[in-house]
Amino acid sequence: MSVAAVSASLNRTETGPRHSAVVRITHWIVVLSALGLLVSGIGILMSHPRLYWGETGYVGADSLTDVPIPFVIGPSVWNRPIHFFFAWILTFAGLAYVSYGFITRHFRNDLVPRKADLHWTSISGVILDHLRTRFTGTNAAGTYNVVQRVTYLAVVFALFPAIFWTGLAMSFGVTSVFPVMAVALGGHQSARTLHFAFVALLLLFVAVHILMIYIAGFVNNVRAMITGYVSPGRKAR
Amino acid sequence: MSNFFTRRKLITAGLSTAAGASGVGAAAYFASRYGLIPPDHTGILGIGETLTYSSQRLLTSGHSLAREFKRSDISKIAPVNGPHPTDENYRKLLANGFREWRLLIAGLVGRPASLSLEELKRLPSESHIILHACEEGWSYIAEWTGVRLAFVLDLLETRPEARYVVFEPFANPNQAHTVVRVLWDTIDMADALHPQTLLAYGMNGDALPADHGAPVRLRLGRHFGYKNTKYLSRMIVTNDRDFYRKGRGTWYGGI
Repeated sequence: MSVAAVSASLNRTETGPRHSAVVRITHWIVVLSALGLLVSGIGILMSHPRLYWGETGYVGADSLTDVPIPFVIGPSVWNRPIHFFFAWILTFAGLAYVSYGFITRHFRNDLVPRKADLHWTSISGVILDHLRTRFTGTNAAGTYNVVQRVTYLAVVFALFPAIFWTGLAMSFGVTSVFPVMAVALGGHQSARTLHFAFVALLLLFVAVHILMIYIAGFVNNVRAMITGYVSPGRKAR
Repeated sequence: MSNFFTRRKLITAGLSTAAGASGVGAAAYFASRYGLIPPDHTGILGIGETLTYSSQRLLTSGHSLAREFKRSDISKIAPVNGPHPTDENYRKLLANGFREWRLLIAGLVGRPASLSLEELKRLPSESHIILHACEEGWSYIAEWTGVRLAFVLDLLETRPEARYVVFEPFANPNQAHTVVRVLWDTIDMADALHPQTLLAYGMNGDALPADHGAPVRLRLGRHFGYKNTKYLSRMIVTNDRDFYRKGRGTWYGGI
């Protein structure tokens, strides 16, 4: 088949963009703000690299974990406003993405697993295929498999809300109005510890996400998330 | 691309830009009018500070109370961030039980005053067992005893135009180069009139220890530790938003 024929066939199958403009834009805003939150969050952690359970925790009290980095006093002071700046951007991008997903039925059509796929055989089939490095990438399938769907929904509707909740539970203004936000978690320090634990889960997701993109074709998949199209010939409309 | 600049698109874009701009303008006007703009609203990080402060002021309107704890919850250790002043002036006051100490209160008050520790202690006292959390990440629970700041401000006939209270501590040469150095700090009237805001002279049933800010420190229920100015020497009631925190850290510590 000639190059022109391949390109023509690709153009035929790609009737619309792989990812809509709103998904593409909010995806990259979330990536950049999450990166800013991660770096500034590490800066805050450096000032007291210990995690506790309950309401209180200080040098001399029993800790859950001592992060093996030295105490550096100071970075928390100027990293916190940076952390909040990016948290607000993430909030707005997240709200835009979620409202868009509900209004356009993006979640229902593209991410909620099909009933037929919610069987252990179907799920284990996807996992086994991946373990045997036999990928039916989204490139060929044109749709997400059941494991991708469940994972993306969990990240959007469980992991990010959990990070927001545990972050807000450290705010005295917020807990003065909603004390249960801290009490339900076990206290101020528990909220702080869980904040880092959920971020660790998010980092695990990001690592696997990037690995899968690498295996499925890094350039094409990243291009699809920037221009909307997998093949280079097409431009986003 | 040929139909990119259709008239409809141009009109829609123009209208939404105008609506967006007037929306931001109206929001800024009302935020300023209802005291939702923090002093450190400038710069790119000021965007986040303004959003945090204004949303919290809307959320916590009506004096929402910080969580209070039982006496058995009080922490065995109450860590200190930086030692008390050791210059001659402070050492003399400390050695003498702060009998010569006076808290000067001036500014937008009908009756400026100079109060001794005994006079403060004669005012109605109350105690709160609350969480003290440092913005570094650690926290402890302690009981604080003192007079409600709102009572003092009322007693001195604070004028209605007052918007902020400035707290000036003793100079602390020990903290001249440290992170926690604060030359003065301010809180808004919402925090100043809050029922858990104390001029505290007692801690865990005893006199306030020197390292915790003796003779008197500010105690806020809904703020990080660094906003609770220690070693108070002077208070000024003001409506000048730009006369604020001289020290490191963001102005609003309620996060």
